[in-house]
Amino acid sequence: MEHTVPTDTELIERIGKGDNEALELLVSRYEGLVYNLAYRMLGNRDDAEDVLQDTFFNVIRSLDKFQSRSSFSTWLYRVATNAALTKLRKRSRRDRSETEFLDEANSVQKLAHAGQKLTDWSESPSDRLLNSEARKKMDEAIDELPEMYRVVFVLRDVEGLPAAEVAEVLGLSVAAVKSRLHRARLYLRNRLSTYFTGETA
Amino acid sequence: MDCREIFEGLSEYIDDEMAEKTCKEIERHLEGCENCRVVVNTLRRTVTLYHSIEPESIPGDVSLRLHATIRLEREKSDS
Repeated sequence: MEHTVPTDTELIERIGKGDNEALELLVSRYEGLVYNLAYRMLGNRDDAEDVLQDTFFNVIRSLDKFQSRSSFSTWLYRVATNAALTKLRKRSRRDRSETEFLDEANSVQKLAHAGQKLTDWSESPSDRLLNSEARKKMDEAIDELPEMYRVVFVLRDVEGLPAAEVAEVLGLSVAAVKSRLHRARLYLRNRLSTYFTGETA
Repeated sequence: MDCREIFEGLSEYIDDEMAEKTCKEIERHLEGCENCRVVVNTLRRTVTLYHSIEPESIPGDVSLRLHATIRLEREKSDS
C-alpha cells in the first residue's frame, strides 16, 4: 500500500479549508526546527518558547497571504527570525557596538601582520575542545555577536542553510550574508583561540 | 596575493565556494605563510565545532503547550 506524506503546500491548502488536523501536522513538522533556531538565537528555554509561540501565531494569522513564490520553510524561517529579533530587542541588554565587534573580528589580521606567531589549536584533542566548559564558552561567544551577525551565523552554520537561502530569509544580498558570516566566524575563532591558548589579540 | 587580500576570502575558501583560480592563489600563499595557515585551520575548526552541537530538542511540555494554545485559538476563531 502506498502511503504518501502530504507536502507543505497540500497541508496549507487543507488548512485554508479549515482542516485542523492539517494544521497540527504542519506545526509538528516544523516546531523542532523553530525551537532550535529560537534557542540558538536567545540562549534560554523560556525565551525560545515565547518565540516559538509568536512564530506559529504569526504564521497562522498570515497563512492566507503566503504565496508559494518561496518555499514554506524559507518563509517560516523569515517569520521565526523576525520573532527572535523582536524578542532580542526587548531585552534590555546592551549589545557591544558594531565597531568594537568588528575590531575584535579583524584583530587576528593585525596580530599576524605584527609578526606574532599564532598558535594552531585546531588539532587539540577533542575531549579538550568538546568538553562542557568549552561548550559553555561557545554559547557565550554566540551571545556576544551583534544581532545581525548572530542571525546570519545561526542560520548558516547552526541550521545549515545555504548562503543563498539565508539571503532570501533576511532580505540581504548573498555578498552581504557572506561578509557578515565571515566577521562572525572570525570573532568566534578569536574567542575560542583566547580560551584554548590564552592568546589575545 | 598577500595576507590582507586572502583574509577576506577565507570563509568562502573553507566553504568551497571560491572560484578555482582564486582558490589556487590562496593555496599558493598558504604554502609559504604559517600564520595564514593557522587562521585557516582554526577558522575551519571553529565552524566544525559549532556544526557538531546537537540541535536543542523541543521539550515535550513546550510542544504540548504550543499545540494546546493553537487548538484553543482555532476553536475561538471557529465559533
